[in-house]
Amino acid sequence: MWQATFTKLGQTLLVLLLVSVASFSFLKLAPGDPVTIMLGSDYSKASYDQLTQELGLDQPVIVQYGHWLANFVRGDWGTSYITNQNIFELAVFQALPVTLTLAAFSLLIALVIGIPTGVMAALYRNSWVDVLATTLAIGGNAFPSFYLGIILIWVFGVGLGWFPTLGFVAPWDDFWQGMWHLALPAITLGAWYVGLIARITRSSLLEVMGQPYILAAKARGEPGWRVVWVHGMRNVLMPLITVIGLQLGGMLRGAVMTEVVFSLPGLGMMITSAVLNREYIVIQAGIMLTGVLFVVLNLMVDQTYQFLDPRLRRRK
Amino acid sequence: MSHALDLSASFQASSWRRRFLQPLMRQRSAVVGLVIILAYVLAAVFAPWLATHNPTAQDLGAALQGPSAAHWLGTDSFGQDLYSRLLYGAQLALIIGFASVALGLVAGVAIGLAAGLIGGRTEWVLMRIVDGLLAFPELILAMAFMAVLGLGTENLVYALALSFVGPFARMTRGDVLQVKSQPFIEAARLMGVPTLAIIWRHVLPNVVSPILVQAGMRVSIAILLESGLSFLGIGVVPPTPDWGLMIAEGRGFITIAPWISGVPGVALAILLVALNLLGDGLRDAFDPNTQKDA
Repeated sequence: MWQATFTKLGQTLLVLLLVSVASFSFLKLAPGDPVTIMLGSDYSKASYDQLTQELGLDQPVIVQYGHWLANFVRGDWGTSYITNQNIFELAVFQALPVTLTLAAFSLLIALVIGIPTGVMAALYRNSWVDVLATTLAIGGNAFPSFYLGIILIWVFGVGLGWFPTLGFVAPWDDFWQGMWHLALPAITLGAWYVGLIARITRSSLLEVMGQPYILAAKARGEPGWRVVWVHGMRNVLMPLITVIGLQLGGMLRGAVMTEVVFSLPGLGMMITSAVLNREYIVIQAGIMLTGVLFVVLNLMVDQTYQFLDPRLRRRK
Repeated sequence: MSHALDLSASFQASSWRRRFLQPLMRQRSAVVGLVIILAYVLAAVFAPWLATHNPTAQDLGAALQGPSAAHWLGTDSFGQDLYSRLLYGAQLALIIGFASVALGLVAGVAIGLAAGLIGGRTEWVLMRIVDGLLAFPELILAMAFMAVLGLGTENLVYALALSFVGPFARMTRGDVLQVKSQPFIEAARLMGVPTLAIIWRHVLPNVVSPILVQAGMRVSIAILLESGLSFLGIGVVPPTPDWGLMIAEGRGFITIAPWISGVPGVALAILLVALNLLGDGLRDAFDPNTQKDA
């Protein structure tokens, strides 16, 4: 097991290195000369040369990359020249927690609704629950989250006035206010997952329920709920986690849209406004951070398998 | 000579029907999806004849009107006719969706074929580039490319295509490696068939169906990303009739004129559902790797 883990870690490090090369190349590809952008329209040749030297832009690209990577690892990501804010603080301490909170809360809602729906659909096959689950799966997965968000704002925010329509209150500052503000965005983003989770739960539970050990559990006289939720669901977790892991990209895509619709100051909002303002170093920090996050999350999903399925642990 | 050609053409047609059309027609929901998509394609193709107004003609006197005889689906805040914009929007969404997937497919398959067939250092370098691309979520990748390329319809197609290269390349390489080890490739090589002919006649036909399944599923992602990026303001530029832009524009008027975002929003949702149905059907019918949902 340890050997496999180390190999996996090595591969992950290589991918992280590739992520950093890609993020670094991005800034090199970005249109415009960074020195001219920072100096504005009015500058002398001397100040141009001086800034070029200060930024290390007169050195070979590989040296520049080394400097950039070292600075990145140390958390020195530069300052935004529009808001004059430290980009590391903006991205890691302000934007990232918002996105992670939104994603976690949405996933929680999706699991709480999706798993029971899937179980019901599997137990009462071809009933109305089953039809509902299938409809949810197809509709929820395809419905554009940014339009769903607008509808929810319209109906529950403006129309009924039950929820605030925009803004973010950190749940760790004021828990109930935070939850209240997060409700609509989390439903918007979670809707995308509910159907998927219900569908996977349904199909893998159907598969598992035909296994001999389920029959054995029933024969031992175990109550129905125990057979389903303990013996059955344990084996649904694997495919469920696989799908959640595979759909992380979709989650991030939805999170960007949802943040913009509800004006949540998360990573998606940060990158979007950076693209609109042509602030390339903020975009660079954003893509590097999401890339790293994406790789690490995928690694974590991969590692959970071994905890969930003892058979994988013993296998060499 | 012409007789022989006719024969081979009719043979190909019937085998196309047997290999492609029949298995797909067995998937009922895929047929529903296909019919809806065909309706959108027809609307897009005949948009110039079906439209009642110029999609970008502004008439501030008629702004924010609900559905009426003059404007079948109402007007937006610039007085642009929503029905006409909807039709031209379908055109744009389908063109961007299919074009970006096609471009990404061609580039990705080329890279995958090169990596799988050449092997060695070339393969290592190519696949590391692909790994680097795949490490990012596709929306973030497309946003980064848009930032580099600049806004506009054409650049949006390129940005989306670039973000699709990775999956196609990885998949093609995997399939090529599998096919390459088959005895019939070895046999063709021993018979002295030129390498390019082997690739074209023996390798490609065997990797094409999973790639097409993948392409079918990508189109809906492409259209979702296209409208999403335009919604964010980093895709197509106004006043181009784009659904994402229209939804963004209608967002501010949701309480007084919900149809402005509703018309493109519902159209987009239906198209995406249809594309997903067709994509799932394609996968169930042609991809041997995934079993059908129980």
